[in-house]
Amino acid sequence: MNNIIEILDLKKNYSSVEAVKGISLEIHKGEMFALVGPDGAGKTTTIRMLTGLISPDSGKLSLLGKNIKENKNFIQNKIGYLSQKFSLYGDLTIDENIEFFAHIHNIFDYSERRNELLEFTRLTPFRDRLADNLSGGMKQKLALACSLIHRPEILFLDEPTTGVDPVSRRDFWKILSGLIKDGITILMTTPYLDEAERCTRVALMNDGKIIALDTPAEIKKSIGKSILEVVCSPSRKAYKIIKESGDLEVQLFGDRLNIMIENRQENIDEIMNIFNQNEIKISGTRIITPTLENVFIHLINN
Amino acid sequence: MNTILHFVKKEFLQFKRDPKMFIIILFAPIVQLVFLGYAANMDVENVKTAIIDRNRTTESRLLIEKLEQSGYFSIEYYINDYKEAEKLIEKGKVICVLSFPVDFDTKLSRGESAQLQAIFDGSDGNTASIAAGYMIKLVAEHSQKIVLTARDKSGKALLIPATISAETRNWYNPTLKTRNFMVPAIVGLLLMIVTLILTSLAIVKEKEIGTMEQLIVTPIKPHQLIIGKLIPFTILGMVSVVVVLTAMRVIFNIPVRGSILLLFVSSFFYVLSLLGFGLFISTISKTQQQAMMLSIFVVMLPMTFLSGFSFPIENMPYFIQMVSYLIPLKYFIVIIRGIILKGVGIGILWDEILILFLMGITILYFSSKNFQKKIN
Repeated sequence: MNNIIEILDLKKNYSSVEAVKGISLEIHKGEMFALVGPDGAGKTTTIRMLTGLISPDSGKLSLLGKNIKENKNFIQNKIGYLSQKFSLYGDLTIDENIEFFAHIHNIFDYSERRNELLEFTRLTPFRDRLADNLSGGMKQKLALACSLIHRPEILFLDEPTTGVDPVSRRDFWKILSGLIKDGITILMTTPYLDEAERCTRVALMNDGKIIALDTPAEIKKSIGKSILEVVCSPSRKAYKIIKESGDLEVQLFGDRLNIMIENRQENIDEIMNIFNQNEIKISGTRIITPTLENVFIHLINN
Repeated sequence: MNTILHFVKKEFLQFKRDPKMFIIILFAPIVQLVFLGYAANMDVENVKTAIIDRNRTTESRLLIEKLEQSGYFSIEYYINDYKEAEKLIEKGKVICVLSFPVDFDTKLSRGESAQLQAIFDGSDGNTASIAAGYMIKLVAEHSQKIVLTARDKSGKALLIPATISAETRNWYNPTLKTRNFMVPAIVGLLLMIVTLILTSLAIVKEKEIGTMEQLIVTPIKPHQLIIGKLIPFTILGMVSVVVVLTAMRVIFNIPVRGSILLLFVSSFFYVLSLLGFGLFISTISKTQQQAMMLSIFVVMLPMTFLSGFSFPIENMPYFIQMVSYLIPLKYFIVIIRGIILKGVGIGILWDEILILFLMGITILYFSSKNFQKKIN
C-alpha cells in the first residue's frame, strides 16, 4: 500500500466550464505533495473531490487503497482537511474548538492529544482565548490543530499560507516538517512556487490539466536549458527587444531579465550584441539554474 | 447519539457567548405580546360623534346622554348643519353624526314617531356597521322606555303590540373582547418568528463562516448534523411557549382553560413544521441575509395572512382557502384558541392536531432530504 492516494482520469465540470480535465496521479505514503498552479487551474476542485466535498463527474479516486464513495466513513476518520479560509467557530475558545472537532470524530480522550497539539503549534498560552480574537497566523495554526486532533493519515491543505505573514508562514512550515517526520502524508495546494520547492514532489497544474509531475529538481532539469540572468536598465525595453528578436524565451522580473539559453557562449554573445546595439546598460549577468517559476512560466507559455 | 449531544453542547456554548441574542430570543416575545395584545384590538368603543341638535330640548338631551353613558359613543362636537358634519367626517374627526329634527319633542309628546338621522363614515365598513348596530340598539331601548313612561303617566293601559326579543349570550368570551381572541393566536405567531428565523439562519451561518466545509469532511452524518442543529431551537421554542403563556396569564389575565399538556404537545408538533420550513430555507440559501428575506416574505407573511390570524378564512376566495389548508399556523390557531378559550380537548381537536403532526413530519423529512453533505 505504497500509494496512499490514487487518482485516475478525474474530471469535473461546473455547468459549461471544465474545471478538471482528466488528471491522473499517485501519491506515496509519507510524501509532502504540492499541487501548484495559477488561480483557476483546478487545484481547489481537485482537493475538494479528494476530501469528498464535491463529487467528480467521472474518474476513479481511492484513498488508503479504498474507493472514496464506498468507504466514506472509514476515509473521513483518516483524513484531515484545512480549507482555504481557516474556518473555526469564532465564538468558541481554542480549547473548545479543538474539543468540538474531537467529539465529532468520536474521540473522547482527546486532552493529551490536545495539549500535544497546542504545544506543537505554540498556542498553549492562548487556549482560553476566543478564536475571533486570534491573529491570522494563530487562527491558521488552530485550524491545523483541529484538523489533526484525530491523528489523520492524510492531511489535505488548501492554500494554507495564502494571506499569512512571512513569520507565521515559516512557523507553519516547521510544523508541517514535524508532521512528515511522524509519517503523515500531506497533499497541499499552493500558488507559491517557493513553497512548492520544499515538497517531495510537485504537480504543476494549468487549465485543469497536470502539465508537469516530478520532484522539484527533476522538473527544473526537464527543461534542459540554463537561464541567463541579466540585470539591466531600462529592463522593460530590453524585455521587449529580446522578445521581438524571435527565438529566445524571456521572462521579466523587475529589473532582471531571465533569458533561457541552450548553447551558452553563442547565445550570450548574441544577447550582448543586441543589448549593445540598443544602448541598454547592463549592470550584471550570471548563469543560474532554472527555478520552478521559470519552468512553470515556460510550460504555461508553450 | 453522542455526536448529536456534543453538537448540541456546542450550539449552547455559542448561545452563551452571545447573551444579548439569548435575551432577545426569550424576552422580545413578551414585549411583542404586549404590543400586539393591546394593538390588535378591533373592539368598537368611544365612537367619535358629532350632534346636530335642532331640537335642543330635554328629550333630545336625554337620548344624547344615554348614548354617551353607554360608552360606545363619545360626543365630541355640537354643530349646526350638514356642511360642518361633512368637514368633520372628511377630516376623520368623527365617525358618526346624529341629527335631531326641530320637532323631535313635540312629535314624541303627541305620541307620533319621530325620525332621527345617523350618518356613519363607511370607509371603515367594519367599524361603521358595528357602531350602527350599537346606535340602533340604544335608540330602540330609549324609545321603548318613552313608550312605557307615557303609559305610566296616562294611567291607562295602552295597547302595546307583543314583541319577541332574543337574549344573546356570548360563550367563552362573554364581553366579546378581541384581545381574548387575538392573544392566543399571537402565541402562535411569536413562536413562528422565534423558531423559523433562528432555524433558517442555522445552517447557512455555518456555510457563511466556512465551518460547513470542515464539517462535511468529518465523519459526522447528515442526520446527526441536522438533529444537532434542531434540538437547541426546539428547546428554545418550547421555552418561549412557556414564557409567552405565562406573560399571557399575568399581563392579560387570560388563563388556559384546557389541558396544558395538550397545548405543549401540539406546540411541539407546530414547532416541528416551523423547523422544517426553517431548515429548508437554510439549505437553499447562500447567505444569512437571503435566509432572512426568504423566511419573512416567503413563509412568515403568507402564513400570517392566510392562517386566519387577521382575516377570517371563510371570507377568502375559494382558491386562497385551498392554499390556507397548507398553512400549519391555521391549524395551530384553531388548537390554541380551542384549548385556551374553550377548554376543549383532544376529542374535538384531534383532527387539527393530527394534521399538524403529519405536516411537521413531512416538511421536516423533505427538508432534511434536501440537505446534502456536499458543497455546491
